[in-house]
Amino acid sequence: MLDVSVAYNRYKFLGHEFLTWLWYMIDTNPEALKKADPEMESLTIGNRIVLENRRHNRDETITIRGDGAGLEEGVIALTKGAKVTEMHLVFRAGGLEWRFNTKGESLSASSLKTPQTAKMETSEDLEGAVLEKIYLTERVVNLLHNLYAQFIKERVSLDWEKKTIYRISAWVRGDQRGDG
Amino acid sequence: MQLLSSTLSLTRYLVQGKPAGPIMDTVREGLKNQVIREIDNEPAAKSIGWTESSMPFAPDFEKAQFMFGTYMVFSLRIDKKSVPAKIINKHVTMAAAKRLAETEQKQLSKTEKQQIKDEVTDRLYTRVPASPNVYDLVWDCEAGALWFFSNLKEANEELETLFSKSFRLSLIRMFPYTEADLACGLTDEQRDTLKKAGPAAFNMGGAHA
Repeated sequence: MLDVSVAYNRYKFLGHEFLTWLWYMIDTNPEALKKADPEMESLTIGNRIVLENRRHNRDETITIRGDGAGLEEGVIALTKGAKVTEMHLVFRAGGLEWRFNTKGESLSASSLKTPQTAKMETSEDLEGAVLEKIYLTERVVNLLHNLYAQFIKERVSLDWEKKTIYRISAWVRGDQRGDG
Repeated sequence: MQLLSSTLSLTRYLVQGKPAGPIMDTVREGLKNQVIREIDNEPAAKSIGWTESSMPFAPDFEKAQFMFGTYMVFSLRIDKKSVPAKIINKHVTMAAAKRLAETEQKQLSKTEKQQIKDEVTDRLYTRVPASPNVYDLVWDCEAGALWFFSNLKEANEELETLFSKSFRLSLIRMFPYTEADLACGLTDEQRDTLKKAGPAAFNMGGAHA
């Protein structure tokens, strides 16, 4: 395997493409994302998205935040070549809700709010509380992993160059609410 | 316990290999050998070690319960002291002046200046209590997966170093390349394609209508 720090920087773009693809999929074919978690009721973009444009030797960062914020400026940035670098996601499954930020370059999660766990009454409840929290955290870990695996299998397939890039570009231009 | 708090940050790792011998005993031994050392009332500026997630300021790995179901849960603790440079400079200047007066010298040698600086720094650090940071981790030994509840660069680097020292196992951080290469079940051919991949452009065909 490549040196870890070299690989981190060299392939950072995969994480940015993943989050851009995820936005495209959420917008055009959310049903296909249910492969990542069969119990998924919905996966939506939350209250924050960050895009970066590193083309033409200039760095441009666009941050859209706020519960009611529209994503129009983000779409404009995409048309100029920007990609999504960070995204706040809201995941609902089994009547429960998870909220978290994820960063493309590290695939890490932050500000993760899991559904509430049962209150601990005594110290004997500790094991149950820990296991419940691990289970709730694992749902997000597995979701992120499965979504990324879905993306990466498409990314290394022949379809990527022949179809997916064109479909995402058409979605970016707004002339297709694609077929995923 | 940080794991039970309402908001979490998480970095994922792949653990290469399994502990040698009986897992619980090997891990307990590793935790005991690298348990956090208290540095209050000592001149040390930093201490890094393992602690119990539920008792981070009184760890006792002889008795500690760190196995929850099939997961191991314990914490990395980083204690740090900080004395502002201005305060160190003030005390070094005062100590140097006192030394000159006592010895009736006109100036101090480089070695004497360094000696004074070391003495002052040790004295000040001994008087300052360390500020602790506790980061929980969850280790699923069977799956070879570890979640570390911090995205901070320094904390992650210290974790990687201490983990390797304690258990003689390497941690590989999961980020786009490592996740794809090691955890997504790609064939050799797909991994070759991945290796050769370059950034794609999603803005082909003109501007947004």
